[in-house]
Amino acid sequence: MSKFKKKQDGGLPPISTASLPDIVFMLLFFFMVATVIKEDNLLIENKLPSADQVEKLDKKNPVSYIYIGKPSANYIDKYGSEARIQLNDKYAGVEDIAPFIAAERAALREELLPKLTIALKVDREANMGLVSDVKQELRKVNALKINYTTRKGDAVANAQN
Amino acid sequence: MAKRSAPEVNAGSMADIAFLLLIFFLVTTDIATDSGLNRKLPPIVDITDPPKIKERNIFQINVNRTNQIFLKSDGEERLINLGDLRAAAVKFLDNGGGTGDDACKRCQGGQNPKSSDNFDKAIISLSNDRLTKYKTYIAVQNEIIAAYNTLRDREFKREFPALQMSYVEANDRYLDPQTPQAEQDRLKDQLETIKILIPQKFSEAETKSN
Repeated sequence: MSKFKKKQDGGLPPISTASLPDIVFMLLFFFMVATVIKEDNLLIENKLPSADQVEKLDKKNPVSYIYIGKPSANYIDKYGSEARIQLNDKYAGVEDIAPFIAAERAALREELLPKLTIALKVDREANMGLVSDVKQELRKVNALKINYTTRKGDAVANAQN
Repeated sequence: MAKRSAPEVNAGSMADIAFLLLIFFLVTTDIATDSGLNRKLPPIVDITDPPKIKERNIFQINVNRTNQIFLKSDGEERLINLGDLRAAAVKFLDNGGGTGDDACKRCQGGQNPKSSDNFDKAIISLSNDRLTKYKTYIAVQNEIIAAYNTLRDREFKREFPALQMSYVEANDRYLDPQTPQAEQDRLKDQLETIKILIPQKFSEAETKSN
């Protein structure tokens, strides 16, 4: 009799979780591949503006980053709320740009030198004064290929809020 | 005694380990946002004898400290909304008011004698105040590039109808590392043709200090 009883006590069988690790691993691999470890530790606020006529930055060519924005919340007491430049991991002044570019160039192979692009990652609330000073400084050291790094989005709507 | 098979390893905690790693990567991920507006700065040279440019060939944009945009073109000066800037720039570039040697064969504009002669002569100039917000500046730059791209798209389609691509699409395809080399070389020539046809003549005044 007991042989036949077994079928009756049924309810739903538990869902097998055996494939859960596979699914999680799949996600894991996706994120591992898509991850870019942050190159610089940001000391400033850096909310980029949006634009819709963007071009991808060519990763085959060397890129140097210059960050501009007001110091982030942790540093506001010490450095004030006026926008500042960040090079590598430090706050810098306009006069530090030329040595920075020289150092970046020294680390490159010669054939790549003219291809060096300077990516300006500027906070959207920053004033143009500082940005113009940086541009002027870049012109002085003949680093003329620049890229205003932006997010993709509607530029016009973005500028109005 | 019968041979006992090795006990199975309990794989139940594998999911936990994987989750832990997954969460770590989720938190540290910063999906690359490296795209933006490519520009070239002018080299510093002493110009002793600046070239004479007719005023009708300059599209002067000035962004002031309260982020208002003043536009001086076609012989008039006015305040313009950011949203109207692109259309105004296209109209200016595409005007084709030149005659004789300066005539513009490809322009489709109104041929207003007070506006630009041809693509090659038309210059867009941008100046801004030190207190102009960066986001406004980028939006203006974006609109100028958009105006050029609109015209380049049109001419690219007209010049190379077989490709069924716009200039921007062709440029993306050219920059895509997965595009075969032969196609890249071909696209480069085609893009170059259009760039020569509609050059980006863009001038930026040094920022006014106050």
